[in-house]
Amino acid sequence: MTEPVLRVEQVESFYGKIQALRGVDIEVAPGQIIAVLGSNGAGKTTTLKTISGLVRAQVGRIHFDGEDITRLPPHEIARKGVVHVPEGRHILKGLSVQENLELGSFTVRDPAVRRERMADVFERFPILSERRHQDGSLLSGGEQQMLALGRALMHGPRVLLLDEPSMGLAPKLVTQTMRIVKQLNEAGTTILLVEQNVRLALKIAHYAYVLENGEIHNQGKASALAEDESIVQAYLGA
Amino acid sequence: MPAFETFLQAIVNGLVLGSFYALIALGYTMIFGVIKLLNFAHGDVYMVGAFVGFGVLSLISGVVGAGWFGLGIAILVSMIAVGCLGVIIQRVAYQPMLSAPRLSILITALAVSLVLQNSALSLTDGKYTAFRTDLGFGGFEFGRLFISHQAVVLVAIAGLLMIALELFVSRTMYGRAMRAVSIDKDMCRLLGINVSRVVAITFLIGSGLAAAAGTMAGAYYGSIWYFMGFLIGLKAFTAAVIGGIGSITGAMLGGLILGLLESFGTLVPFIGSEWKDVFTFSILILVLVFKPTGLLGKSEVERM
Repeated sequence: MTEPVLRVEQVESFYGKIQALRGVDIEVAPGQIIAVLGSNGAGKTTTLKTISGLVRAQVGRIHFDGEDITRLPPHEIARKGVVHVPEGRHILKGLSVQENLELGSFTVRDPAVRRERMADVFERFPILSERRHQDGSLLSGGEQQMLALGRALMHGPRVLLLDEPSMGLAPKLVTQTMRIVKQLNEAGTTILLVEQNVRLALKIAHYAYVLENGEIHNQGKASALAEDESIVQAYLGA
Repeated sequence: MPAFETFLQAIVNGLVLGSFYALIALGYTMIFGVIKLLNFAHGDVYMVGAFVGFGVLSLISGVVGAGWFGLGIAILVSMIAVGCLGVIIQRVAYQPMLSAPRLSILITALAVSLVLQNSALSLTDGKYTAFRTDLGFGGFEFGRLFISHQAVVLVAIAGLLMIALELFVSRTMYGRAMRAVSIDKDMCRLLGINVSRVVAITFLIGSGLAAAAGTMAGAYYGSIWYFMGFLIGLKAFTAAVIGGIGSITGAMLGGLILGLLESFGTLVPFIGSEWKDVFTFSILILVLVFKPTGLLGKSEVERM
């Protein structure tokens, strides 16, 4: 197996006194989609927040590209190319679609690169180009998800942390979103995906971790987990 | 009765006053935007700006004179120096309070206000200081209406500063980041924005604008003293609320509206100029009762 680009080792995180993660180990190999599954409150979102630095790991280490990023502030972690698209999309209200995208390239110095990426995003999501002057928060849920993804792409991510990209979307859009995630991965982006829709997540992921009460409860190849009756029973609700 | 000239004169006076209000209100509203603090020391930052501008002009007037060139340098130096003071205040007094309950930081702002006022008080013995300039007394005369060159130039400088700010906020990456920080700090961090640096830049600009207003007001009205920031600070706050606190265009608009209203308020029969503050703050109360979000404020409930 290739050297992981992102390695989470024995991480423990807390919200105040409440422990959310109890020694989580995750390895993300370059070019893969790694899914993080689990029920509500299992610690999926906290895992992503701890990697991106919004929540501090009290114990354990996080390495990106061989470098220890455990104690870095979130904006420096983002600067290194670990881009977190949080749950609920967080479109900047009152800023236009274009301004939201431009802020995605805040860390990109070269204006030519910014323009090029903007053109790429508009090509991938033509609806964003049509709505570029509208307030980003007035877009529909699906369009906002595209904007959130487009904004992350403006950054030129090395690893994308996606938190529930399908949340709140109509079933048709859920499938479409997953297809986009798959396409982004095929274009070379490494993805750590937190997703409620276990069936779809396992379909596009290479490897998956199952979290329970802040611990890794199970892990394995996505295809193998998809066939595991107990996983299916517990998380697919089938 | 020269009613028409009086009317026009009130507009001119209102615009001058309104420009000062607007420049200070901008700092209020920007700082509120990024850290949700009503910076009650902001009026005193304006006062310090007036004193720094006065000090600079006194130092250089022997060489370059106290005309427009000298005043221009005084404004510029005061903006830079007081802008930096604003950043220091933010770092020393407000930064440690950001995670504390909201009331703590508000009380800190009042304390900063007292520190600035009392520093100026002890340095000046509480006396008025004459702000002498050599800007001439020329002006444009239209019948009985007189518009001094000073008024025109000061309003123009204020206008240029506001245009520059508008361009900064809408066209530059840091300007957009400033708006973004006032909406969603965590998302900004995830985008790679150094939020703490954006907050510092906001204090730099906001305090710099107040310093420009202070120096210009000192030059225009001819005297400065340690308490000059108190009332105008409250009025700039009123202007920011009228415009919709958090809104940059709103602060400009609110400042001008308040300046004009106050100027016209002195014309209303039986309400002499001694009532103008009552007039101003009655407007504040009316706005808070009937349109708490201000003219351009967001209609949603503020995330206090």
